[in-house]
Amino acid sequence: MGHSEKASKFVANSERMHWHDKALWFVREKRDLAAHQLDEWEELRRVASEIKSHTMDRLDYYLEEFEKNAKQKGLHIHWARDAREHNEIVLNLLLAHGAKRVVKSKSMLTEECHLNPFLEKNNIEIVDTDLGERIVQLRREAPSHIVLPAIHLKKEEVGKTFEEFLNTQKDNCDPTYLTREARKHLREKFLTADASITGVNFAIAQTGGVVVCTNEGNADIGTSLPKLHIASMGIEKIIPRLEDLSIFTRLLARSATGQPITTYTSHFHAPIEGGELHIIIVDNGRSDILSNSDFKESLHCIRCGACLNTCPVYRRSGGYSYGYIIPGPIGSTLGASRDLQANKTLPFACTLCASCSNVCPSKIGLHNQLYKHRQNVVKAGLLGAKKRAILKVTAWVMKHPLLFDFMGLVVRKIVPILPRSIVYSKANVWGRNRELPKFPKKSFKELYKERIK
Amino acid sequence: MSSKEAILNRIKKNRPSSTIDLPNTDILHTKYRDKDKKFAMTLKSVGGKAIWLEDNKSVDEFIAENYRDLDIIVSTYSTHNIDTPHLLENVDLAVIKGEFAVAENGAVWIKNPKNRHRALYFLATRLLIIVDKNSICDTMHEAYKLIDFSRAGYGVFISGPSKTADIEQALVIGAHGAIEVCVLFV
Repeated sequence: MGHSEKASKFVANSERMHWHDKALWFVREKRDLAAHQLDEWEELRRVASEIKSHTMDRLDYYLEEFEKNAKQKGLHIHWARDAREHNEIVLNLLLAHGAKRVVKSKSMLTEECHLNPFLEKNNIEIVDTDLGERIVQLRREAPSHIVLPAIHLKKEEVGKTFEEFLNTQKDNCDPTYLTREARKHLREKFLTADASITGVNFAIAQTGGVVVCTNEGNADIGTSLPKLHIASMGIEKIIPRLEDLSIFTRLLARSATGQPITTYTSHFHAPIEGGELHIIIVDNGRSDILSNSDFKESLHCIRCGACLNTCPVYRRSGGYSYGYIIPGPIGSTLGASRDLQANKTLPFACTLCASCSNVCPSKIGLHNQLYKHRQNVVKAGLLGAKKRAILKVTAWVMKHPLLFDFMGLVVRKIVPILPRSIVYSKANVWGRNRELPKFPKKSFKELYKERIK
Repeated sequence: MSSKEAILNRIKKNRPSSTIDLPNTDILHTKYRDKDKKFAMTLKSVGGKAIWLEDNKSVDEFIAENYRDLDIIVSTYSTHNIDTPHLLENVDLAVIKGEFAVAENGAVWIKNPKNRHRALYFLATRLLIIVDKNSICDTMHEAYKLIDFSRAGYGVFISGPSKTADIEQALVIGAHGAIEVCVLFV
């Protein structure tokens, strides 16, 4: 099932679609407000983009630098080619430490590696500790947004889930009440955990440490109690210098939620007393993207979610319509790079409005990438027969100016007098929820010619 | 071939050959005429509060006056004889030394190499962060010049109380960490 088929399920509930759209637009507006408060906003984006480009050009050097400096500080470094190897490393570390209960804070990488089901199969209890992640974990769902995992749910649904799993009061869906109950429930999980797993926002080559940003404090509390901390990072999370964080910490939270900074920005350059900090550097297909000049910039992503919040398609179709771990514009390009066949409809889940590229803090040309992926879909012969036929006919007509003028004339004359049942027949998918504009008497070309006479 | 070699070889083979210089991060940026005011306003907007200690008062007096009803108060100076961080579970107030504050985002940099348990910052219900009143900088550009990780250690920026908006975008203060954060300038 492609994006549009899955999206049609979401848009079938029009009230919910508009609610989702509005909730995300609210976040986008907060982002604008925060960005406009800084005169240097565009400069920050330029520098961020240059730091990322520079780093990708010397990625092997910076990764080795990072490893060397991290080891010097007593941290342990592991390398994983793919998801399977990553999961094995995690499991072996947990087994070696006799860890049975693990708390995890948000990491899209561990989602990508399907770590949770793997650990559960090996009899390890793994608890997602970000509130939104915990909600979707209890519901056996995936996050529908990379920063706001439960944005697709209404508070009544969260209330029902908590009633079932946390024994909360019946029909009480007050967000403060539910959050307090989750706090109690997760406190107990933190205090009894044997190990913690976190993602990584930034890994600093120069100092050999990693930085994790959260608002809830779940990564921070989770890593400060059990002796074992495992941090999983994609190879692209590297930044060269500590001072580069002055750029990225200014951009990240403002782009994500309009906050000036996340509540907690933890800099890990040591484990807790008597503990161990293990960092797993994961490739899992990323190095392939590096070789493609059209798409390598997608590795500049700092996972702020701004492109999702601004995307008119994402806002109205929801995260699950994409069918890829990461939804929205950035997910569409990453998914298409990873497996074009499986994700062939994602580059078309886009109006090419370019809003994503305009809000991206590291200036990824997201809409350009999606446009290029579309061409690759066509070249690979993966386009549906109907679309292919329409495009062929359109291209042929457009190559013949006289025919094009004639057809325009015919359409302008005939469509207005046709009965509604024909114009809005089943074939007119576009017209299902929309009215055609009034047809003008003359074409643009005719009007233009009259003007210059 | 080890996974490390395999990954690095792939990167070397695939990475772009163009080389862009590492840019200067110290760009022209916002400065605040009144850093105290900007800090206090920003911290308030993220749910915390900033207070300047009156000249004739001590921190102890401030705590006695403002946190009268609390049972368990632990400071970063008193964690050395606590053997496991789990014992800090029920701390009502953590009194923490902060190195400096950042006006643009209401954050305070906390490092305290002598503090035995970083868990104190996150387990306590309330934080009182003590910062020198002359140590407020404008933005993160100045902030990172003051931070050093040449040696192993842990440091964190904390900007206000723990929060979440994961249920219908409704902001709730006090997710996992502190429910109340006060920055006290002395």
